[in-house]
Amino acid sequence: MADATHDQSAASAARRYLLARVVIYGILSIFALVYIIPLLVVVANSFRELDEISQNGLIAFPKSFRLDAWPEAWSTYCIGGTCEGMHRYFWNSVRMVVPATIISTALGAVNGYVLSKWKFRGSEVLFTCMLLGVFMPGQIALLPWAFLLGKLGLANSVYGLILVHCIQGISFTTLFCRNYYVSIPDDLIKAARIDGAGFWRIFRRIILPISPPILIVTVIWQFTGIWNEYLFGVVLNSGQQQPITAALVALSTNGTNVRVYDVMSAAVLIGALPPLLVYFFGGKYFVRGLTAGAIK
Amino acid sequence: MASFTASPGQVPREALRDRLAKWVPILVLAPSLVASFVYVFVFSFWTLYISLSNSTLLPTYKFIGFENYASLWGNRRWGVAYTNLFVFSAFYVVLAMIIGLMLAILIDQKVRGESVWRTIFLYPLAVSFIVTGTVWGWLYNPGSGFQFLINSMGWTSFKFALTTDRNYAIYAIVATGIWQSSGFAMALFLAGLRSVDGDIVKAAQIDGASVFRTYRRVILPVIGPIFLAVAVVLLQFAIKTFDLAVALTNSGPGISTTFPATYVYDLMFQRGQIGEGAAAAMMILAALAVVLVPYALYLSWSRGKEAGHG
Repeated sequence: MADATHDQSAASAARRYLLARVVIYGILSIFALVYIIPLLVVVANSFRELDEISQNGLIAFPKSFRLDAWPEAWSTYCIGGTCEGMHRYFWNSVRMVVPATIISTALGAVNGYVLSKWKFRGSEVLFTCMLLGVFMPGQIALLPWAFLLGKLGLANSVYGLILVHCIQGISFTTLFCRNYYVSIPDDLIKAARIDGAGFWRIFRRIILPISPPILIVTVIWQFTGIWNEYLFGVVLNSGQQQPITAALVALSTNGTNVRVYDVMSAAVLIGALPPLLVYFFGGKYFVRGLTAGAIK
Repeated sequence: MASFTASPGQVPREALRDRLAKWVPILVLAPSLVASFVYVFVFSFWTLYISLSNSTLLPTYKFIGFENYASLWGNRRWGVAYTNLFVFSAFYVVLAMIIGLMLAILIDQKVRGESVWRTIFLYPLAVSFIVTGTVWGWLYNPGSGFQFLINSMGWTSFKFALTTDRNYAIYAIVATGIWQSSGFAMALFLAGLRSVDGDIVKAAQIDGASVFRTYRRVILPVIGPIFLAVAVVLLQFAIKTFDLAVALTNSGPGISTTFPATYVYDLMFQRGQIGEGAAAAMMILAALAVVLVPYALYLSWSRGKEAGHG
């Protein structure tokens, strides 16, 4: 008798567990669909024929397949009067993002090293001042940047944007690296100093070898942030000097009534692919950067 | 920093080198410090000054007091902009947090393929607001997106045209913003849930508390500070909203989805009223300060309290 009730309650517990699992996976799947559908739609439409898209709508199972939209989006589609596709803007973004990421990360690493291991009187206050840069809204800096880049002869050039993103990025990279280096025991540094190692030697021999995790986080954060940035790109540069985000906006507000969704889908994907690839391959570090950035 | 000073008995040449070495860290830091100082303080005061001048197309430095601010606050479009900001912030922050927390709790139930779920919910954050806004703009477009789909499935009277209706276009931006950011809230909440001491959770379960009750009474109170952190970060995103509104609706239909940040752009670069544009930019800075200063004070207060107890 006792066994029977025990079995019964065990069975009902199992049923409840199963039900809970179904609910959990059900809700997760619904949300996953909502998240993934826009991506699937864009990918599918970049391979569909335009006739089929206008007949069946954007959200439909693909019935045709062609690759032509991709080369057209890359090299011949007309954006704002020039018919060269996205490639020029894509390379503008590459030429902007690579140096800006490297320089701001390198500066962040040495700054973080100084601010955690070579503190001096007032260094904490200076660090707090640098941190304010994290919160500055871009709008505040627009006019000063436009004026300053003009004076420096960097107006409407990729180099100007590199400078902007380096200086804007320093506060983030310094914050990331400083918070990481703080956890390195001071004794390690002290011992090295007693052995006669100087500032750079300690940096090269002790700090750099343990830095890869934080450097990867910082590089990913800077790369995606700068690649995706729009405000400075559209305000400080014009025409053929603009980064890809600005070109994408110009493309989708092109004014023509006929929307070539196939080519536009391919163009959007060309703009989204670099950070997406970084995300899919470095996802773990991406998440770490996010959580580090939020607890600032 | 005892090691900075040369110990007695060393030869003078080394003492000199030591003294030089003492300056290396400061010299290394100096360029970044100067750049950050210019960026944060000089640029802010510069923009502040322009906002108090009669600048129109080009900066002039004739001081006119708060006229630009008065003109800004008397402007109907600015009224639309900050009303939109309030509506957007309220829905965006609350709903992104609710969805993010729910997803985090579900993923925390030892589900299979955790990293796959996480990757799916977080990928929108890797993509720019420009891409997100453009694509969602197509999906909201009644002639090609959701409405077209439902219509072609047979329900021909179905209407779903958020972005073409000036009363509802703001909610298209809200929904897209939530889509982009709830994964971010999820990641932070999940990190918080994972940091909760497993023993208190076990103790609660041994006491017979249900899963729901365990979360409500034991786990969520512990991660209270994370709620605040997520809310502050999302509010910050909301105040800076620019790209999304440009790419999704371009402030339209009409002026119905103007945001403070898009209005700044409009004033400065479309209408040649940089004085008033700078005033609007200062208001964005002020809004950020209203959110961030109390938060920073709270953080230093709670850290001080912790240190006091420790």
